[in-house]
Amino acid sequence: MATTDLGPTPGAGRVRSAPGARLAGDRSARARLVLAGLAVLLCVVAVASLTVGATGTALWPVLKTLASGEALAPRDRIVLLDIRLPRMAMGLLVGGALAVAGAVMQGLFRNPLADPGLVGVSAGAGLGAVGTIVLGGLLPAWIAAPFAGYLVPVAAFAGAWITTLLLYRVSTHHGRTSVAVMLLAGIALQALAGALSGILVYLANDAQLRDLTFWNLGSLAGATWSKVLAAGPIILLALCVVPFLSRALNALALGEAAASHMGIPVQRMKNISILCVAAAAGAAVAVSGGIGFVGIVVPHLLRLAIGPDHRFLLPASALLGGALLIAADMIARTVVAPAELPIGIVTAVLGGPFFLWILLRNRAALGG
Amino acid sequence: MLEAVGIEVTLAGTPVLKGVDFAARAGEVTVIAGPNGSGKTTLLKAMTGEVAYAGSVTLEGADVTSMKGWELAMRRGVLPQAAQLSFPFTVLEILRLGLQAGRMARRADLPVAALERVGLSGFEGRFYHDLSGGERQRVQLARVLLQVWEPVADGRPSWLLLDEPVSALDIGHQLEVMEIACDYARRGGGVVAVMHELNLTAMYADRVALLHGGRMAMQGAPREVLTDEMLSRVYGCRVRVNAVPEGPVPFVLPQAAGI
Repeated sequence: MATTDLGPTPGAGRVRSAPGARLAGDRSARARLVLAGLAVLLCVVAVASLTVGATGTALWPVLKTLASGEALAPRDRIVLLDIRLPRMAMGLLVGGALAVAGAVMQGLFRNPLADPGLVGVSAGAGLGAVGTIVLGGLLPAWIAAPFAGYLVPVAAFAGAWITTLLLYRVSTHHGRTSVAVMLLAGIALQALAGALSGILVYLANDAQLRDLTFWNLGSLAGATWSKVLAAGPIILLALCVVPFLSRALNALALGEAAASHMGIPVQRMKNISILCVAAAAGAAVAVSGGIGFVGIVVPHLLRLAIGPDHRFLLPASALLGGALLIAADMIARTVVAPAELPIGIVTAVLGGPFFLWILLRNRAALGG
Repeated sequence: MLEAVGIEVTLAGTPVLKGVDFAARAGEVTVIAGPNGSGKTTLLKAMTGEVAYAGSVTLEGADVTSMKGWELAMRRGVLPQAAQLSFPFTVLEILRLGLQAGRMARRADLPVAALERVGLSGFEGRFYHDLSGGERQRVQLARVLLQVWEPVADGRPSWLLLDEPVSALDIGHQLEVMEIACDYARRGGGVVAVMHELNLTAMYADRVALLHGGRMAMQGAPREVLTDEMLSRVYGCRVRVNAVPEGPVPFVLPQAAGI
């Protein structure tokens, strides 16, 4: 708002005198509007993604066939239900999970640069996943059996959790998080997890190696219903918990001490936040490999549009993250058709310059 | 009554408070004064639970460590010395954080009243990051006021704990903020403020707790505590305390060496 420090904002009196009028500085109405818009956008993108692909199966004829009560051609049925639909579902889950994990992590670290991919959390999750792929066969059956298809996501969650915990312990001192320490600790953790993963890759046999390469590329290409069912419940659980963290994350923006004086059980909320970040990022990484920048780009854009209030920021991140990843996946499988780009490359090409732009904007605050 | 008994705090291996007893009554403004490093802020932080301490802190007779966080938040607002903000919230959004933490959470009209109270009418839509230091300090005060809006709630006093509430303010706004504190106490609430400004202390405090080297040098009415001899000893410089000609309020004048 263009006002001087000399007096009240012009027009503020008018706003106040109108009964029931919205106050200046209240962005909740705009946030609700944006949320509704994002929900529509997500639906459009999701439907569009069902119509795009290497085969000629188009959505409209299929819908017409369905409406007329005839059976689908077997090929269309397979393409739609077993290839495109799980892929869309996985893009939605993974995109939403990464964006929300980023938003929660940024709120927790009180810093817009915290992102699971940048500070080693995804690498930690990767180590868990690689470890399970390579060494999972060595586990005694009574440990492995109860987890069955969930072994990789659960191990990735554990890896992400340990990394986030370490990162927070190292970079936060007396309730203050140092950006420099956080980013440097992230580099160290990323290098360490990468090295350990490297050793495991070295130990892997040929079949495992193929699994690993595929996984490492960061792609939704391997999407199957079984992967969606493995990661989905973990991600959805995390997404259901984070709305309850909104008020605490808002209060945390004023510092840990101020938050606790406002009655927030800070330590418990931090622990729950770390678990949610680890669950969402870990499960996402487990099924899709390392997809970067979603967690930093999405919340940042949304803060510009609707402000930092986590009550709106978190659901909006889930919606935009899902839409963005589905869209990025559409690009990934069409630009070089009939071949496919790994989606990690698409998000990096889009997100890298964006990240540099954030750094430029915040250079002064970062001590540059 | 806010009471601290036998408070000992050690920070980074150095004893900062060495067995301090402190008491503040509801209906009064109690100022914690003392030179730099005497332990003023640390005493306040011990009472708000920000630093680990030995000893006991009680609020109306109940040990604060036995109370839930939200329960304490309803009865006691704390204004920090330096407030940080990590994301671009508007003034209104910050005030609502305070409002939601208190028992008046449903009164959506109160943020406007609180801003008027601290002299920032019309600032609702401004971004906190764009404000001056003094304006930020007053926004934070408004946030804390909203959290414990009623000086007496359910027959029990509410408390304002203020860490250097006027440090970034010009003299006009210093008086304004001290008036808010006094008004809160007159209406039955309790106010504890850490202050450097001895003349404001003399004007507004009902009781002064003077700390010196981590111990309580003296606690009492301003006229008893703010004396030539006591201040000169505690602050390590020559000090003359006089009375304002037209009233009973003492004023403190530091004496440069050789004058």
